[in-house]
Amino acid sequence: MPDIAIQNINHNYGSVHALQNLSFEVGKGELFGLIGPDGAGKSTLFRILTTLLVPTSGSASVAGFDVVKDYRQIRRRVGYMPGKFSLYQDLSVEENLQFFATIFGTTIQENYHLIEDIYVQLAPFKNRRAGNLSGGMKQKLALCCALIHEPEVLFLDEPTTGVDAVSRREFWEMLQRLKAQGITILVSTPYMDEASLCERVALIQEGKILSINSPAAMVKSFDKPLWAVKSDRIYQLLLDLRTFDLAERVEPFGEYLHIVGRPGISQKTILDFLKNKNHEGIKIQPAQPTIEHVFLELA
Amino acid sequence: MLWRIFSAFVKKEFYHILRDRRTLFILIGMPIVLVLLFGYVVTNEFKDASIAVLDNSRDDLSHELRQHLEASGHFHIVADLRSYGDLEGQFKTGKIKMAVVIPARFEDDFFDKKQTTVQLIADGTEPNYATTLVNYASQMILRFQQIKSGAAAAPYRVKVETRMVYNPQLRSAYNFVPGVIAMILMLISAMMTSLTIAREKETGTMDLLLVSPLPPLLIILGKVVPYTVLSFLNAVMILVMGFYVFHVPVLGSLPLLLGICLLYLAVALALGVLISTKSETQQAAMMSSLFALMLPTMLLSGFIFPIKSMPALLQHISSIIPATYFIDLLKSVMLKGNDLSFIWQPTLILTFMLVVLLGLALVSFKVRKE
Repeated sequence: MPDIAIQNINHNYGSVHALQNLSFEVGKGELFGLIGPDGAGKSTLFRILTTLLVPTSGSASVAGFDVVKDYRQIRRRVGYMPGKFSLYQDLSVEENLQFFATIFGTTIQENYHLIEDIYVQLAPFKNRRAGNLSGGMKQKLALCCALIHEPEVLFLDEPTTGVDAVSRREFWEMLQRLKAQGITILVSTPYMDEASLCERVALIQEGKILSINSPAAMVKSFDKPLWAVKSDRIYQLLLDLRTFDLAERVEPFGEYLHIVGRPGISQKTILDFLKNKNHEGIKIQPAQPTIEHVFLELA
Repeated sequence: MLWRIFSAFVKKEFYHILRDRRTLFILIGMPIVLVLLFGYVVTNEFKDASIAVLDNSRDDLSHELRQHLEASGHFHIVADLRSYGDLEGQFKTGKIKMAVVIPARFEDDFFDKKQTTVQLIADGTEPNYATTLVNYASQMILRFQQIKSGAAAAPYRVKVETRMVYNPQLRSAYNFVPGVIAMILMLISAMMTSLTIAREKETGTMDLLLVSPLPPLLIILGKVVPYTVLSFLNAVMILVMGFYVFHVPVLGSLPLLLGICLLYLAVALALGVLISTKSETQQAAMMSSLFALMLPTMLLSGFIFPIKSMPALLQHISSIIPATYFIDLLKSVMLKGNDLSFIWQPTLILTFMLVVLLGLALVSFKVRKE
């Protein structure tokens, strides 16, 4: 039985359709990623699954309990880390953790094994007020507080937004370790590069799911020719390539422009087209598709 | 188990209070400041009021009248005017608040015709102060007349003797101490409670509390109890200050008085929780508290303006304000020494308000959104 099952969930804020007919399942012990830009409806879905919001229609269950009917059961079984830092800023690291342990009827000692890896990094700051922590430290503390009662399912809403690259990588390593302990994790992120760290991902945009698959399969399903191109005048290159009839889409990607090509595109056809437009310093090479390409293709 | 959770909650709430200077000031500084402010600044009592005298007579009797006025210690003659023309200048500079005009031939008329007129001119830009001054001066002049006419006065006359019961000296402290208690308790219980719950919503911590096995009632109680304790201490503090600094007595039973304070406190807390369920941000909670609670409590409860002289509509509004009944109860018990048999009616009304508000608050406390 899946730990999270969502069937035809809809949610409207007035006339805005925040979620439209969402359905998917997350298996027990799975690390599932919800990938999509801001405003895609990720947080709304999290609020429904954590029983803070009643969906307009459709049904969902978490840990086997209905989110509307059995919300009390769910509330003792899940850990929730909201997108916005939501701990008591005027309480110290230790006081926050202590408080959340107590309201869930447990103690720090009892479940210390769950948070040990994370807490050792926080320990030097345990007397510091939460409001004075750095972004990465805040996220670690919030994760500790969400974990301290040994939840069956963990909901992490954009845990790495606004966190530096090193802390982000550390954070994902922690998630892998939690997964190894059998906790089901639903995590959302606007960063496409984090998708590959999940077992399965759902691409979501404007309240609709574009695709659900493992990151590898998703990338593999991208079967169009992909070329990376650059020249000395990159902006003019972009304008020119958009008039190229063998290019379906052209997007900036790092220092290169990526061309999603139509049949018949090759290194030679691109080179000929660009020479014709008087570009110099031209570099053309095949590129590997990523989740971002898949997302842009579907969006 | 629940007890342990509850005490963790209370402990956390005290951390919030003790670590926020603003909250701490409102809780401790505000009651003291308000009591002293009302006691020493906002008062109708006066001492050494500066007045001017325009003496057109300058005879023995007018001289005696001037001495009589100054001897009271309440009036201080700062200017001796020569003509009506000087009068306006004195009022305009604000040096004097009242002028006494003694007519020509004052002594002669007084003893010959038995009829003379002393004119009192007061600065009406401050109506309350002017009325008080004029009343006081009139009484003194009346007294002066009685002394001077003595037995020679007309044989038939009605003598008016007034006595202000429960507050013989008409001290304003007897009015403001109950009023300030009503205000402070409303401010702390209702406004602070609604602010602190709204703050949890604003910072998102309320979501975390909701996504926990805590019963909603426990969340509310955990918020409310610390403020109950603090506001009760405040009420006691104001009573003590009233007693020792302003000599406001407590004639009735002290337990009854404290019981009434607790009842009113509970009403205010229920209002605070109700407001917080309707406000998503601290600012919204603050605005609602100020306009829906503080202003009516100050202006319409009979604390500052007498209810009897309000227009009918405002009188109706004042009859649904808890402070109206609370101030009434406080005065009854403190100044008249009444026991419960005299005050069961307002007590019952407050109890009824409590039940209704508590019910509304619990119903509107949302454990989730639609």
